[in-house]
Amino acid sequence: MSKLGLWGLKKSPWVYHVAAASCNNCDIEILELLTPRYDIERFGMVLVGSPRHADALLVTGVLNRKSLPRVMEVYEQTSKPCLVVCIGTCTCNTNIFRNSYNAVGPYDKYLPVDVYIPGCPPKPEAMITGIVKALSKL
Amino acid sequence: MSEEQKSTKSRRIVPIGPYHPLQEEPEFFKLIVEGEKVVDLEINLGYNHRGHEFISPELTYDQVPFLVERICGICSNSHPFATVLAIEDCAGIKPPARADYIRTVIQELERIHSHLLWLGLAGHFVGYNTVWMWAWKYREYVLQVFEMITGNRNHYAMNKPGGVRRDITREQIPEIEKAMDVVEKKVWMLTNAVLDDPVMRARLEGVGILTKEQAIAYATTGPTSRASGVPWDVRRDEPHAAYDLVPWDVIVFPEGDVLAKTKVRLLEMIESVRIIRECLKALPDGPIQARIDEIPPGEGIGRTEAPRGEVFHYIRSDGSNRPLRHKIRAPSFMNIASNVVAVRGGSIADAALTLAAVDPCYCCTERMAAFEDGKQKFTWQELLRLSWQKTERLKEKYGK
Repeated sequence: MSKLGLWGLKKSPWVYHVAAASCNNCDIEILELLTPRYDIERFGMVLVGSPRHADALLVTGVLNRKSLPRVMEVYEQTSKPCLVVCIGTCTCNTNIFRNSYNAVGPYDKYLPVDVYIPGCPPKPEAMITGIVKALSKL
Repeated sequence: MSEEQKSTKSRRIVPIGPYHPLQEEPEFFKLIVEGEKVVDLEINLGYNHRGHEFISPELTYDQVPFLVERICGICSNSHPFATVLAIEDCAGIKPPARADYIRTVIQELERIHSHLLWLGLAGHFVGYNTVWMWAWKYREYVLQVFEMITGNRNHYAMNKPGGVRRDITREQIPEIEKAMDVVEKKVWMLTNAVLDDPVMRARLEGVGILTKEQAIAYATTGPTSRASGVPWDVRRDEPHAAYDLVPWDVIVFPEGDVLAKTKVRLLEMIESVRIIRECLKALPDGPIQARIDEIPPGEGIGRTEAPRGEVFHYIRSDGSNRPLRHKIRAPSFMNIASNVVAVRGGSIADAALTLAAVDPCYCCTERMAAFEDGKQKFTWQELLRLSWQKTERLKEKYGK
């Protein structure tokens, strides 16, 4: 990747949010990041509506059999390099759903995961820290 | 060419989902349109199915509330509340009075935060992001109260069979009241801002009308039915916890459009603030947990009014420390079906708002999904047949 491109990515990462089979809580907390109390747009992070524009995927919720092919498709549509940020314990180790017939396991079995943010749900501060850590890897 | 053929020919399909910027959960809507007009709607769910009813019998009664809490992050008090009511119904015990009041306070705090969340998203859907930002800013006050009482912003883990896990201390009460003062003032401000705004009125009034007959026919619950003139509220009609001990009113509007649904939710928040104040004033002293020695064989039902409508939990016990069967019915299950009539006849631009007006919660709804290789599905009739067969098998196995 060019130096200019990397600089742009670090200064203004655009994120796309994928909910596999989540309980909505991590999703709501991600939206919470946009609202006045946390306001991550001041760091240049914008939630975009299409995976083709995304520099980072925020994935939430345990993967199930129906959402797995869709999530993989969304990942293939993103422009590379694309960071994958796992938000919530469900994404890291399937949490309380490990015995479910429909859960197909943690994300790192299928995607190259960059950062894990455990918690049920993680606090918005933890999410900001996690994304900053992901950017510092670049 | 006949009239019908002509109209079928001009039909187009607008797919929404499963991953789209409109709502944060995956779901698939197929809008069938004629020009700008929506003539039909097909809903395809199942992206969110995690098999709660399967996992629940593997857990003990003390663990089940933690599981059902994770059905939905927004109703994360309603589901455990209904579960513990079902377990207590089965065991035939009554929680102490103080626990009843604390449960009521938590449930109403949850209603305020859920309705504020909906209001913000509704503003977002009509392209009025100021309402979104303001509603979510004041929602933070409620979340702070939650963090103070329960230690977590969401997933409160307050309910346990026989009572509540944590107490509301005397020092916390003035803090809660202070937050409620702010919330009440700001909800009135938002009410006036939304109802007086000509742009919001134009987008909400007369859109997505659900008549009283349709609301009853589709068995809608909660604010969706109350905005169509059906005065049904589990809190009043089947009193549990402290709802029959404090004064409050059921909000009903007869119009059935999105504006009425907004008004119901806004005024319900004011009622919730009133309930919380009355509960804190009347909070009795005493223990917060009752002792449960064993849960006898039998069955129990728990019903409570979640922010979206009636939550229903059924527990069947065989005398061991795990439930034999746990059945969950969430309010969005019926409310989402009513979208099919509400969205028909409107324009595509209004469809997004109409679909969101029932405050759909897909993760609550998806208790049942059937598919093969991610594609083939059972039809509705086949699912029903399987369900009957299973009931027969269970009857044979356990008698009665």
